Amino acid sequence: MEFSFTEEQLMIRDTAQSFLSEVSTSSAIRNAMESEWGFDINLWQRLCTQMGWQATHIPEEYGGFGLGYVELVIMLEQMGQYLFCSPFFSTVCLGANALLVAGSEAQKHNYLPQICDGSLTATLAYTGRLGSWDANAVDAIVSAKDNEYVLNGAYRYVPDGHTADVLIVAARNADTSGKSGISLFVIDAKAKGVTREYLPTMDQTKKQAHIVLDNVVVNEQALMGEYANAWPLLDKIINLATIATAAEQVGGSQQVLDMSVAYTKERVQFGRSIAGFQAVKHQAADMMLRTEVARSAVYYAACVAQEVFDSGLLAGELEEAASVAKSYCSDGYFKNAGDAIQLHGGVGFTWEYDVHLYFKRAKSSQVFLGNGAYHRECVAKILLD
Amino acid sequence: MKLSFSKEDEKFREEVANWLHDNLVGEFEKLKFRGGPGDEHMFPEERKKWESKLAQGGWIGIAWPKKYGGRGCSIEQQVIFNEEYARAGAPGRVGHIGEGLTGPTLIAFGSEAQKKRYLPGIVSGNDLWCQGYSEPGAGSDLANVRTKAVFDEASGKWLITGQKVWTSLAHESDYIFVIARTDPGSKGHKGLGFFLLKMEQPGIEVRGIKQLTGTSEFNEVFFDNAECDAQDIVGQPGEGWAVAMGLLGFERGVSTLGQQMQFQNELNEVIVAAKDNGTNQDPMIRQRIADAHIGLKIMRYNSLRMLSGNGDDGSLQKEALIYKLFWATWHRDLGELAMDVLGPEAEIVSAAPYELTRMQALYLFVRSDTIYGGTNEIQRNIIAERGLGMPKELRPSV
Repeated sequence: MEFSFTEEQLMIRDTAQSFLSEVSTSSAIRNAMESEWGFDINLWQRLCTQMGWQATHIPEEYGGFGLGYVELVIMLEQMGQYLFCSPFFSTVCLGANALLVAGSEAQKHNYLPQICDGSLTATLAYTGRLGSWDANAVDAIVSAKDNEYVLNGAYRYVPDGHTADVLIVAARNADTSGKSGISLFVIDAKAKGVTREYLPTMDQTKKQAHIVLDNVVVNEQALMGEYANAWPLLDKIINLATIATAAEQVGGSQQVLDMSVAYTKERVQFGRSIAGFQAVKHQAADMMLRTEVARSAVYYAACVAQEVFDSGLLAGELEEAASVAKSYCSDGYFKNAGDAIQLHGGVGFTWEYDVHLYFKRAKSSQVFLGNGAYHRECVAKILLD
Repeated sequence: MKLSFSKEDEKFREEVANWLHDNLVGEFEKLKFRGGPGDEHMFPEERKKWESKLAQGGWIGIAWPKKYGGRGCSIEQQVIFNEEYARAGAPGRVGHIGEGLTGPTLIAFGSEAQKKRYLPGIVSGNDLWCQGYSEPGAGSDLANVRTKAVFDEASGKWLITGQKVWTSLAHESDYIFVIARTDPGSKGHKGLGFFLLKMEQPGIEVRGIKQLTGTSEFNEVFFDNAECDAQDIVGQPGEGWAVAMGLLGFERGVSTLGQQMQFQNELNEVIVAAKDNGTNQDPMIRQRIADAHIGLKIMRYNSLRMLSGNGDDGSLQKEALIYKLFWATWHRDLGELAMDVLGPEAEIVSAAPYELTRMQALYLFVRSDTIYGGTNEIQRNIIAERGLGMPKELRPSV
């Protein structure tokens, strides 16, 4: 048992930090967020080809580096801290994870090398009009005839859905509900019958889309996992993405704390730095507590996620570890970001200062993949029913 | 970063579990899940016997070096021991202050003579220790110690005079360590000494403090020219603060994992109660129970981080700084949750005049958690100052 970073992991963290501090500046974030596309495509290409971050946890046989989920989480934490605008989360934490968990060998060999060389982006769509995050969320319909499948339905809140090259979509057989009858497909985003519409969001640093499938016809090669029995796979993919989101939230929590401490030290009122006032210090102390506790939860969840890929003993803890991390990190980040505005006083209320970007990200990441209450109820079901 | 234990460690786990299974029986059966916070006054004699039993098995001082009678266990093995100990429901340790505080302090700061004289009694489970830190005028401001130590040339002994307060288990203990002022007229953390005293002597009087629980785990200890042998000052006169602070560092060790298992047992009891009375279907209660479970899980992860961290430079890591504030607040919330789960039944005590149920004792006793060992407010000051580099509190010049 070793619950601390190795030298290599520390190096990955430091490299990520120095790269992001250079490229993800306030003005870079603002340029990206003002565009419908949502990221700087040249920067994304540079990240993919020079740094290769998107290939971190993809096995070497598919062109990746074959590192683990802990390494991935280390990078996500930094991306959350620097509010990095990119299709990393959608492509890696949704797309690549879905392929790794549910893809056939042919699908993995087809798509993963393209993700690793930076030529392909991907995302996952499963939540329909209901806007929930569990199995009931899936309301697109699939019907099988001969060797083909016909997909119909609509998805909301799809991360980078308007820009991704490949979509992994969930659909269910008509007249099924809950966990039964769900299938997964990997489809070309430009396939006939696919309509994608950009959904403008309050947090402009993460882009979402509305996707409609109108009689989209795919063949066997698009099917991921077992037909009408893919919920266990989708569930695993969702939990892995949930942990990834929590990792970004930890980085954000740290950043708003750092900004607040720096600002309050600088800001002088009543002839002294306001960081010296106990009311300010105690608020900052609580922010640090929430950040460190969140970090412990995410690192543990990352280790559990790794065990899922290694078929380790703790793989069975995935759902609980994801809910523990997401509930704590979601609410902690949101509270920290709100406190950060308060500690910044008037300037925290301006568009010019970056605090509001984090406040908005805290909310968008809180409601994405289930908020704190949702994940507490997931845990309650395990404990109490 | 890796969570699984090695094969040897799993073998060790089996050894611990088997030993507890074979020995926590017969006269010790009734001690299961007893003696925790709020219950520390229960079965003192039987729990002292249990200490001897542990000693026979070689389970006291497992973290100590072998040359001092310990087992020299790795951090992993210490984690395992604490987990299995609590899983088996083994009782709260009456010897934890000697094992966890006195021993490590003497190993780090004590003379060879002190080690020889005191460590064997701790490892054998014979000698129980208590801690003489707080005073009526030295609570959060611990350095404001007034208790005096005067060296008496005639008898060749230190004579200690003053009062300590909030001393757990003082009435059961054989020895006490005390910080007292060796330098008359000194103030703050300068001019203190760290002394080891026998409890049974004419100059020491113990009075129980009746707490809001109606019970008395805590005591006042009065010193009136109490004697301490010349060789029983740890470090030099005037260096007591460094020793005292070094000792506080040992409080954040592996034992926190055992404490968490105790918390787990308490939470399990709350869950059983909720299932029994149907509040497990109340959406608000469900949220709070889940939140408690989540908090406890993360507390464990945080401890594992604390224990695995290298901290080579001796500085406290951030996850260690927040630990006390986190667990104390969590525990206080658990007490409130327990009462809300019980509803009107929460009011009914076990027996007249004032015998509390375990959950009532928990609910009341946890109000001390956010006070002793550094209040939540002091913890926040420490986090802000040491963890975040914010300005120190203004102190009137002394």
